[in-house]
Amino acid sequence: MAVSRLASSSSSLSKLLLRPLPAPPFSRSFSAIASDDDGTVLTIETSVPFTGHKIDPPSRSVDTTRNELLSFFHDMSVMRRMEIAADSLYKAKLIRGFCHLYDGQEAVAIGMEAAITKRDSIITAYRDHCTFLGRGGTLVEVFSELMGRRSGCSKGKGGSMHFYKKEAGFYGGHGIVGAQIPLGCGLAFAQKYSKDETVTFALYGDGAANQGQLFEALNMSALWDLPVILVCENNHYGMGTAEWRASKSPAYYKRGDYVPGLKVDGMDVLAVKQACKFAKEHALKNGPIILEMDTYRYHGHSMSDPGSTYRTRDEISGVRQERDPIERVRKLILTYEISSASELKDIEKGIRKEVDEAIRQAKESPMPDPSELFTNVYVKGFGVEAFGADRKEVKAVLP
Amino acid sequence: MALRGLGRRISIGKRCFSSASEVEKRPRDGKQINLFSAINQALHIALETDSRAYVFGEDVGFGGVFRCTTGLADRFGRNRVFNTPLCEQGIAGFAIGLAAMGNRAIAEIQFADYIYPAFDQIVNEAAKFRYRSGNQFNCGGLTIRSPYGAVGHGGHYHSQSPEAFFCHVPGLKWLYRLAVEEVPERDYMLPLSQAEVIRQGSDITLVGWGAQLSVLERACDEAAKDGISCELIDLRTLIPWDKETVEASVRKTGRLLVSHEAPVTGGFGAEISASIAERCFLRHGLQLEAPVARICGLDTPFPLVYEPFYMPTKNKVLDAIKATVNY
Repeated sequence: MAVSRLASSSSSLSKLLLRPLPAPPFSRSFSAIASDDDGTVLTIETSVPFTGHKIDPPSRSVDTTRNELLSFFHDMSVMRRMEIAADSLYKAKLIRGFCHLYDGQEAVAIGMEAAITKRDSIITAYRDHCTFLGRGGTLVEVFSELMGRRSGCSKGKGGSMHFYKKEAGFYGGHGIVGAQIPLGCGLAFAQKYSKDETVTFALYGDGAANQGQLFEALNMSALWDLPVILVCENNHYGMGTAEWRASKSPAYYKRGDYVPGLKVDGMDVLAVKQACKFAKEHALKNGPIILEMDTYRYHGHSMSDPGSTYRTRDEISGVRQERDPIERVRKLILTYEISSASELKDIEKGIRKEVDEAIRQAKESPMPDPSELFTNVYVKGFGVEAFGADRKEVKAVLP
Repeated sequence: MALRGLGRRISIGKRCFSSASEVEKRPRDGKQINLFSAINQALHIALETDSRAYVFGEDVGFGGVFRCTTGLADRFGRNRVFNTPLCEQGIAGFAIGLAAMGNRAIAEIQFADYIYPAFDQIVNEAAKFRYRSGNQFNCGGLTIRSPYGAVGHGGHYHSQSPEAFFCHVPGLKWLYRLAVEEVPERDYMLPLSQAEVIRQGSDITLVGWGAQLSVLERACDEAAKDGISCELIDLRTLIPWDKETVEASVRKTGRLLVSHEAPVTGGFGAEISASIAERCFLRHGLQLEAPVARICGLDTPFPLVYEPFYMPTKNKVLDAIKATVNY
């Protein structure tokens, strides 16, 4: 009985996951290739319309420009290349610990950035390499932090799960899922207090959506009209558990009950941009809103998880073929004749070189000094002593 | 390293025996298996002998992240072995309720680092249930299992040892098992609160539990080369802990060293030190010849790249053994 349920649910899950890219309604006959942007606004429809919960969804026609589409392509390709390179580094044991890769979900990070400023705040869980990059982080900082080196964004003390960028409003990088959501609501309170018209995006996954602290924080945010946007990056698997086995209601955008919600195709960068823009306006006026990004991760939960024991390889390759975010933008660029296929290939080659160069630089950075083990716990000096058997005060001197 | 790193379990239980069998000192018939297999076997036996036993937690259905629950769902069905959503507080509360109805609830917290959302349920509900209801209700059938401790690359949230927080709560029991041990294949019972003297010695007593014992064993071997004879005790249960065995040993050797991975300040080593100092300070002409040494983790969050510096390694223990013996 469990098996048949598995079969029927996974096929309906597959149907959900494999919605194909529709052909654009018309194609313009622009002349050249290359990126001169005359500022013309292209209006493109999202793959599917938005679904709203207690709110009128925004229109599915999104305004964009040629330059923006090219930048989407470039940035998502950098993220994709970076994650694949991190995969190889992990297998070469240069990255140790836990490494959770984001490839497949790039559209969420990029679409969000396109709709907001660096004064808005983003906070997420541990699948944060690309979110960090989107906030303005550099590849060298990413690879250094992954390898635990001094030039990493957290000085090598955080690792894969703890990236932060204070000046760009990126609050990390958290290990215990769900714990970042009340934090995000606190950030939003501070923003409302300082009246600077900024918002906070608090990201979490479909697994964390069942944490009690999410609902506690949601209630507080709604009570006090905080400008917080809760974004559920629903990649349909909480580590190894499919969403239908973990949640009675996998319609995460509806879980807010009295808080409005929007369901978005998270593999369509234009849809994400539209939704985030809409959400920001809403949050500044009316308080919290939930966005559910319907997305997918190609890798397993982490590098220790092959990702194929709880889902079929056909499902993964199916999504890759039908809904890959980078391929979608590539098709748009080619259809609207913004660039040629060979130019796009050149961009990708350039990115590969960039990533390799960043890895080379990161490898040269040294490990943090052993004295850093004791810093940032207390004010200098306190808590650093270790007593020996003779009861004399001994400051622990590390080799 | 892999076996050592991953072969740790802590159990919080109100009653952790299997129902049948007599109590034995230390079963002699058995083969050497690792902790995961032992736990797996134990769970098979528990579910077989008690039709009201249940195993649940995050991702236990396919076998769990450490393979302790393999085969259980297939054999006993998904009504008795099931996955829970990602909610530790919910899991703990749910388990307490199930146990209060007389069932044997075996909940798994995937890593000990994740136990903190469940802290309130364990400390405020589970520990006090029998007491506050005047013995009308109890959740004695509750067991919570969780892997703890460093694995070499776990970082801040896959390496912690939270025992000190829970040992402070009367009403709970907290136990450990060695990573590799000889285990009989049949059902058997071990008494709680009985420490085991793994090695006899005369110069110094070493006390530890869980995977730290392998570090202590290697330190003992090295110390023996310098002519220091170490007595090694596996505490096995932290609350209630076997004060008598440790006291008897320290009366014999006159020196004590405690070692654990958790940070030294407020760690369980502090409790052992204070209790033994109380009992063995000066009695019957025998006394503590040196202060109690604690070789533990440092007072920092569990670090990522600095793990080798943070850990209470064999050399740190060896240093302390020599300093204590030569005090």
